[in-house]
Amino acid sequence: MVDNLTPVLTKRWLSPRSWTLKTYEQLEGYTALRKALKAHPDQLIQQCKDSGLRGRGGAGFPTGMKWGFIPQGDGKPHYLVINADEGEPGTCKDIPLMMADPHSLIEGIIITSYAIRANFAAIYVRGEVLHVIRRLHAAVREAYEAGYLGKDILGSGFDLDVVVHAGAGAYICGEETALLDSLEGKRGQPRLKPPFPATAGLYASPTVVNNVETIASVPYIVNGGADWFRTMGRERSPGPKIFSLSGHVERPGQYEAPMGTTLRTLLDMAGGMKDGIPLKFWTPGGSSTPLFTAEHLDVPLDFEGAAEAGSMLGTTALQIFNETVSVPWAVMKWTEFYKHESCGKCTPCREGTYWLVQILQRMVAGNGTASDIDTLLDVCDNILGRSFCALGDGAVSPITSGIKYFKHEFLALCDQNSQVLAGANA
Amino acid sequence: MTQTQEPTDLFDQSIVDKAQAIIARYPQPRSALLPMLHLVQSVEGYVSQAGITFCADQLDLANAEVSAVATFYTMYKRRPCGEHLVSVCTNTLCAALGGDAIYATLKDHLDVGHEETAGEPGAPGSITLEHAECLAACDLGPVLQVNYEYFDNQTPDGALELVKSLQAGEKPHPTRGAPLTDFRQAELQLAGFFEGRDADLDGPSAAPETVRGAKIAAERGWTAPAMPDNAEFPPLPEKK
Repeated sequence: MVDNLTPVLTKRWLSPRSWTLKTYEQLEGYTALRKALKAHPDQLIQQCKDSGLRGRGGAGFPTGMKWGFIPQGDGKPHYLVINADEGEPGTCKDIPLMMADPHSLIEGIIITSYAIRANFAAIYVRGEVLHVIRRLHAAVREAYEAGYLGKDILGSGFDLDVVVHAGAGAYICGEETALLDSLEGKRGQPRLKPPFPATAGLYASPTVVNNVETIASVPYIVNGGADWFRTMGRERSPGPKIFSLSGHVERPGQYEAPMGTTLRTLLDMAGGMKDGIPLKFWTPGGSSTPLFTAEHLDVPLDFEGAAEAGSMLGTTALQIFNETVSVPWAVMKWTEFYKHESCGKCTPCREGTYWLVQILQRMVAGNGTASDIDTLLDVCDNILGRSFCALGDGAVSPITSGIKYFKHEFLALCDQNSQVLAGANA
Repeated sequence: MTQTQEPTDLFDQSIVDKAQAIIARYPQPRSALLPMLHLVQSVEGYVSQAGITFCADQLDLANAEVSAVATFYTMYKRRPCGEHLVSVCTNTLCAALGGDAIYATLKDHLDVGHEETAGEPGAPGSITLEHAECLAACDLGPVLQVNYEYFDNQTPDGALELVKSLQAGEKPHPTRGAPLTDFRQAELQLAGFFEGRDADLDGPSAAPETVRGAKIAAERGWTAPAMPDNAEFPPLPEKK
């Protein structure tokens, strides 16, 4: 039986000056790199496949498979791009990771770049996190000075340059092709796929785009092996995962647990609901994942478990709301976010989110009608699956799931005689 | 389109040198545009038409191409910013915990709206206010940022005190981050220039919330399963 918490990525965070190379090296840092550089790159790809590591940025794509898609011997430069554009509402795991332990990401970058034969890697980090950016810059500089980056790394003959690239405030740049356009100095708008980044990514060359937590997991897999990684989590969703608890809980924070843990277990460690006010709704993985309710406390939080229960694991951003919060209000706030962040490239998302906000604001103001609910669902139906990228799909998740579980609250807003729950702070 | 590499009064040789240093970081020059726009903001406190022309000249792009990018991203300001930029998260979770009330309080006090400035932009004590989308600090909500440094677990009263002290020329220390400077200096760092700022690295980072799980595990003796002593790599896959 594996323990309730399995600190791997978060363990070093407790150490003094954990962000420095000195601390990192004292705590097994860069030992995986030395080991990896003695292996054949294809062995590293195979090991990653064997480990079952799946992308930690929300989609859960098998990481080793993604690396394996990079054509080898094609004569083109290959690139590794780290998606550090953490902005999915509720998601707050990569920022503390990079702040506390930037070298784990950098070591993962070097190993991954060696595996996919990339000589240039970029960390695309959202611009609003200056302290993270300065720590990353310093860590990259330290890694160069120590010979972990640059030419002929540790005498292996492998060269790698890493650049820390600050974004400029656009949620859409978390979408991997929008991120690549942004990194190329353009507006961050998603590209039509195919071609996929594995064949035509950054500068139209083969590119792997991976999330921070995914790549930071790589050194541990190299040191512990695929079987060790699989001792945690579940068959199809192995490994440890950082679960971020926020909202109306007594002790919000970062809890690294095996995949497949439950909110009940996490909530127990977090001291339960704040002030004992009962749970009403929560997101398993950010606002783009359909809402769960108190009925879902025992849903296993891994890719399969969350999907079978009608949602998605997403970024394991557990935003927890108690009974004081109005669901239509929360849904309106999220919809305002998607409207603001819609890049405008495709009509269903650009126009759809605009109208959804109009309807929801009207309803929350008490001027809605029951037919507005049908209109909302109709607009959602015209966005879901019809948008250029997943932002549109994410935008409808809170609305459709909110109406699914809490239709009575939307109806109550239309009935002027009923008691209306205001925003939680009202 | 004029192609001049000559420094202007605003963008002097040191800024041209920095722009060229940014370009040198990337395999292709245009990738330098986003950091270069941050650099422009470090000079001007916003992206002016002159700033757009500067980037276009450095990168051999049309002004329209640079404008298209500058107008796409929230962090590029089209009007001069205050000495400090105060960003209040009003996304759902922070809003429910008090973020909306914080924003309303500051809006009221400063008598400005979203992306408006109280005081003469750039003058000491001037403040630009904005409501922001999720700032990725949800376990520490409600949060706000000053010049992109985190102030965690805020209240309307606390945020009001913070803004009043900024107006009075004080620089309260962020909960997580380096000692405050101003918006322009923050933008210089976002462009990737940290010379002489090593001490900033020691600014606090791990909040109690950040390490909660790790601490509980340490207290209860919970760990990940032990790694084997010599985990071997799989054999080299056969070429198909």
